[in-house]
Amino acid sequence: MYPRAFHYHRASSLREATEMLSQLGEEAKLLAGGQSLIPLMKLRFANPAHLVDLNFIQGISYIKQENGAIHIGPLTRHAEIQDSAAAAKITILHDCAAGIADVQVRNRGTIGGSLAEADPSGDWATVLMTLTTDVHCFDGKRKRSIPLRDFVKDAYTTALSHDELVSEISIQLPPKGSGGAYIAFKRAAPVYPTASAAVQLTVEGDTCKEASIALGCVGLTPVRPSEAESALRGQRLSEKTIAAAAEAARTACDPQSDMRGSAEYKREVVGALVKRAVEAAVRRARGEQVEVSHLYA
Amino acid sequence: MPENGKVAVRVKVNSKEYSREVEPRLLLVEFLREDLELCGTHIGCDTTYCGACTVLFNGAAVKSCTMFAVQADGAEITTVEGLERNGELHPIQKAFADCHGLQCGYCTPGMMLSALQLLSRVKNPDEKQIRRAIAGNTCRCTGYQNIFKAIEAAAESLGGSHQGG
Repeated sequence: MYPRAFHYHRASSLREATEMLSQLGEEAKLLAGGQSLIPLMKLRFANPAHLVDLNFIQGISYIKQENGAIHIGPLTRHAEIQDSAAAAKITILHDCAAGIADVQVRNRGTIGGSLAEADPSGDWATVLMTLTTDVHCFDGKRKRSIPLRDFVKDAYTTALSHDELVSEISIQLPPKGSGGAYIAFKRAAPVYPTASAAVQLTVEGDTCKEASIALGCVGLTPVRPSEAESALRGQRLSEKTIAAAAEAARTACDPQSDMRGSAEYKREVVGALVKRAVEAAVRRARGEQVEVSHLYA
Repeated sequence: MPENGKVAVRVKVNSKEYSREVEPRLLLVEFLREDLELCGTHIGCDTTYCGACTVLFNGAAVKSCTMFAVQADGAEITTVEGLERNGELHPIQKAFADCHGLQCGYCTPGMMLSALQLLSRVKNPDEKQIRRAIAGNTCRCTGYQNIFKAIEAAAESLGGSHQGG
């Protein structure tokens, strides 16, 4: 399968990439890891006249801890995040990076590309929505920082203007006593999940002080089930409160029936995922080492 | 970019240097098979699913149907043709043969390169690590059990020596 013919441009810096975007106009697209864009081009669902390749830019793949936050470069591959000790300080980042597709896709795909594409089935936006995440953007002249919840506007739509790109992602380290878990339900490793749930909780004794939950693949953007969060926040953690949160999440999501399952089926999956993710997050918040992996059909 | 819209690519495949001019839309797998006549790398699904086209790109397993050849400029690539040394099968190849890790053989080049990335990083992988390492490679014949056995046997015969990759 061949994409339509296009012109290839190799940027040597993020600034040059923004200049190329602005000179080449609306028909130009950025090429990061290419694990979504290239398949779309091969199917001719995407037909850019120009590709601006970011892969030859030095110094934009990194993960570092600074000022209470983890800072990730836009071209950082999922596999690099999976293997990073700095990223592992936020367990849910490791859950996410280690579970995206398969080894080959994780070796190429990037966090910046995933966020900028804003695929409703993408893992990163869902996971990062449960944390305090800022997306740093750059248009060659001006830098601005956008909270993730304002960055993702709609399915495949972000706050980026045409000649603007993601220059860094920064994620605040959660407070002490906080734990998270991300679980996706998949039919096979290389495909997008049927549904997924990300949970980040702060626990004090038996009480849940803070709860943040995001659901993936069951809406046009990651779904924040606020009633599921309030079912936990300030409550004593018990089977009953966890079941109430799962039920609220089941109700809050808005899945579409498709080849991955009917809407009703996906709701059931969401309920089960939230329950499991909350249980794992609670144990992690208490300092237990809990390994979480995605579930397969 | 030359006038014809083609882009110059210099790449080292299985330790041999190649220079070519390619159309930007040429996929890496087509470049390997058609331009360099290295047809050991297979095209299966052509949709980033099956992993038959897996090669090592600077030591990392990638699906070569999901990269453009122009992106390989300056890179080192290992394909299945690069596994044998001086007419001797690589321990991974030998283990796949000995353990019946293949039937039709279509997925095998990709499987072996995924195995090579794993074994170049993890000396004695456990079953879970092996399963995760080939989660992006589909086999429609074997049911995978003999592939696991082959990778375990290869790990043993490599005995921690860091070959390949």
